[in-house]
Amino acid sequence: MTLLGDRQQLSYIASQAADARVNLELETEGMTLNIGPQHPATHGTLRIIARLDGEQVVWVDPSCGYMHRGYEKLTEVRTYPQVTALVNRIDWLGSFANEVPFILAAEKLMGIEAPLRAQHIRTILFELSRIANVSLFLGDLGVQLGAITPVFMAFRDREYVLNLIEGATGGRFHPNFDRIGGLKDDLPAGWLDETRTVMKKLRRFCDEIEDLLFGNEIFQSRTRGIGVIPRDIALQYGMSGANLRASGVDWDLRRDQSLPMAWDKVDWKVWTHPDGDSFARCWVRLQEVRESTRIVEQLVDTIPAGPVMTKVPRIIKVPEGEAWVCTENPLGEMGYYVVSQGDLGPFRVKIRSASFNNMSITPWLLKGVYVPDIVTILASLYFILGDIDR
Amino acid sequence: MNSTTLIVADVPYWGQSLFRVVGGLVAVLLPAGTIVYLFLFKMMSFMQSRLGPMEAGPYGSMQLFAEVGKWLQKEDIYPARADKFIFKLAPLIVLASTFLLVVVVPFGPDAWFTDFETGIFYALAVSSVSVLGILIAGWSSANKYSLLGGLRAAGQLIAYELPMVLAVIGVVIQAGTMNLQGIVLAQNSGSMFGFDGLGNPFVLTQFVGFIIFMISVQAELTQAPFDMPIAESELVSGYMTEYSGFRFLIFFIGEFATAGVFAMIASILFLGGWGVPFAWFGWTTMDSIDNWMNLAGPLILFTKMMGVTFLVMWVRFSYPRLREDQLQRFAWKVLIPISLVNIMVTATLKVAV
Repeated sequence: MTLLGDRQQLSYIASQAADARVNLELETEGMTLNIGPQHPATHGTLRIIARLDGEQVVWVDPSCGYMHRGYEKLTEVRTYPQVTALVNRIDWLGSFANEVPFILAAEKLMGIEAPLRAQHIRTILFELSRIANVSLFLGDLGVQLGAITPVFMAFRDREYVLNLIEGATGGRFHPNFDRIGGLKDDLPAGWLDETRTVMKKLRRFCDEIEDLLFGNEIFQSRTRGIGVIPRDIALQYGMSGANLRASGVDWDLRRDQSLPMAWDKVDWKVWTHPDGDSFARCWVRLQEVRESTRIVEQLVDTIPAGPVMTKVPRIIKVPEGEAWVCTENPLGEMGYYVVSQGDLGPFRVKIRSASFNNMSITPWLLKGVYVPDIVTILASLYFILGDIDR
Repeated sequence: MNSTTLIVADVPYWGQSLFRVVGGLVAVLLPAGTIVYLFLFKMMSFMQSRLGPMEAGPYGSMQLFAEVGKWLQKEDIYPARADKFIFKLAPLIVLASTFLLVVVVPFGPDAWFTDFETGIFYALAVSSVSVLGILIAGWSSANKYSLLGGLRAAGQLIAYELPMVLAVIGVVIQAGTMNLQGIVLAQNSGSMFGFDGLGNPFVLTQFVGFIIFMISVQAELTQAPFDMPIAESELVSGYMTEYSGFRFLIFFIGEFATAGVFAMIASILFLGGWGVPFAWFGWTTMDSIDNWMNLAGPLILFTKMMGVTFLVMWVRFSYPRLREDQLQRFAWKVLIPISLVNIMVTATLKVAV
């Protein structure tokens, strides 16, 4: 017999116990259903091994790593400015938001800060990538539940946001725009006006989705009371982002920590929901898109003039030291622990991505649900494969 | 039914058979093709702010032929562990149920394939045959998703058979016959409160029955919000997962042809079928209907069918899907009691009035 790791052994024992439980009642065998790695509900290559009794799940094990790309290791052979091109690909729907914490960590080590205008633009782009990310979630929610129309609305209106990101950075998906000490470029002319109109469109999109999906009785009956995560369980499993706020924890890193970004300069609200079920998670995200449009509009109105790049040496060497910076990314808390030994590139980078921790609750959460609910719960937990596997 | 005017009366038996076969193919494939192009390709696209197929033919009207050509070229794959014989048989059973269904649909005063006295009874009976095909497709695919899909389909189709039958009973009570021609006649020669300009389409008097029938049709066709058996996002098309090429095409045609035939039956039961109100032309009985109705009838039925299918498709494109247990609960706890009450009320009124 091959040696099993601790975790594998535990899960093996749990699966045996699940089988025993199934056998006890009807003398039937449990069915092991592999959901994924190639399955539409997993947005990529996540594999969920589910032991079923009829259509009820008795035991579940998420098996990730099918898309592991070794970014933490790869950063060690790259210089600091090169790393942003890598980390762009972690959460590929909100790429710019991945760059920011890493750049902030590097800046923290170097003891510099981006100019005020760059901070504003960073925050705007950060929120735009949040909108691009979460609006797709809102559309995808419909598809997971069988309503095929909302996703096309999401793609239609997300296109405006991607055009904005492309207009400012040159890249639709992977901007690679953030630099240590500021930004690559200033905004193009007319971009701010365009942003205002797009934000109005996005709010209309939110209303549309709320009408079409959230007001739908079938949608509510599929999500309300399904996949309930109590407050303390959510905290224990290290959930973050909207998943945590939907369990009633008022916790948002944009507000709760002071970073050289512009969130504290505008008026916005952190939404929470007391229920902790799938509906709450979806609803909190919907409100977050609305808040993001408000943040962007206010920042566009108050954006200061000035340079977008501070003075940095041509060859960037980060002094020796360690820094941890985390931000509230579209999927939750994302952080980089950067260890520098004074070289051109980092000595070690530990990436804390939100989806990996959010996924860790699935064995607890999916126990006892029906197969169709696996899909809704996974959709409402909202993970992105790149964010799990890195 | 004056037999002297029958179009096929004087041709020999083989000619009549050929005529019936060709007519059956047209009656199944033409609605299916129209529904797929008009609703699945175009209407769905317009609802989703896109154009749909535009390249093949004017406005993409030849797209379906391109798709069929593509499917026909594909390899006929079956899984290594599949039960090959019934795996290959399953789509044919599903399609056969559609053809059996279209047999009783009347298209005009003399334009029918067969004229059963218990037509609607037969139609409801053979519509269940497709369950068999779906179940064995799910079982023989040797795929867990297909198995789940097949079992769900079986549970769902059996559960929704009942409200459908009960909804039809209201119509049968009101028309006083199970013959589909008789039901058409009863609606078009009837009158409402002495006014016969509209006939008496049962959609008005049997509105509850119509709604229940349409919901059940939606479930029978496994269209959203009742598309649990094929649920793309969880079961990856359920019982159809392992099918490819020609056999998938048969499932596909079967799905939309059945939608067309059920829409025809719904328009016969509730919207007056192939007929127009007889008072318009002074007709009183079946025999007094002019012969041109045999040509106009199919077109009228087709128009009504498209209207009903529009409803079915509209719901399909807009709604998310229910969960399996919610779906069963809806059938047993909501639809069946309502349809039973509907039958009681209809019967009481029928006797009282």
